[in-house]
Amino acid sequence: MKEELFLIVEEPIDVPALVKKVERREAGAITTFIGTVREWTKGKRTVYLEYQAYKPMAVKMMKVIDQEIKEKWPDTKIAITHRIGQLDITDIAVVIAVSSPHRKAAYEANEYAIERIKQIVPIWKKEHWEDGQTWLGDQLETVPYPSGKPIIKE
Amino acid sequence: MITILLFAHLQEEAGKDYLELPLENITVEELKKTLKNDYSFTQMDQIMVAINEEFALSTDIIKQGDTVALIPPVSGG
Repeated sequence: MKEELFLIVEEPIDVPALVKKVERREAGAITTFIGTVREWTKGKRTVYLEYQAYKPMAVKMMKVIDQEIKEKWPDTKIAITHRIGQLDITDIAVVIAVSSPHRKAAYEANEYAIERIKQIVPIWKKEHWEDGQTWLGDQLETVPYPSGKPIIKE
Repeated sequence: MITILLFAHLQEEAGKDYLELPLENITVEELKKTLKNDYSFTQMDQIMVAINEEFALSTDIIKQGDTVALIPPVSGG
């Protein structure tokens, strides 16, 4: 069975299993980013979060990010899993693992991946605060997109 | 007839996760105009449109059988 490097799941993410997907004999470094649910944001207390995804497109966009990374850092291998559904404080929402022969590329590509996830992957977060709830959009405050869509290298 | 998938606040405002509209061969811009006039979605100016799971330009044409989705600003991660 071919191992899926880009996944949207509803169950807790198995971090060691995800890291294993990028293990290679030629790698000298693996960086792992673990995105977790934060309790306090600018003085507001989150009780829990709810993530929703347009699944097939989300996977497609993660593969676009993979292509972009392969162009910028040719010797990297990357795996991403994002969890959706209801998540509590400290739960893991997203895990990104990148392996490369030398550490610099693994660090840089990993940060690039999370930034791009926040731009082009159709996943939405609903904050349930102590005093209400709302769907969050555009945490990077980059919209409106001048070209009418996020910048994606074809 | 085209089917339009809804997510996040749009889904809640519509009370369902898709719309079916008797339209085809229209541009993304025309679709957005129609939705603006006929539905009271909020923040329509920030909505992007995806056709067949790829972000579309405002001049792209929606044809019968296309899978269309309205994409509010994303907030994953």
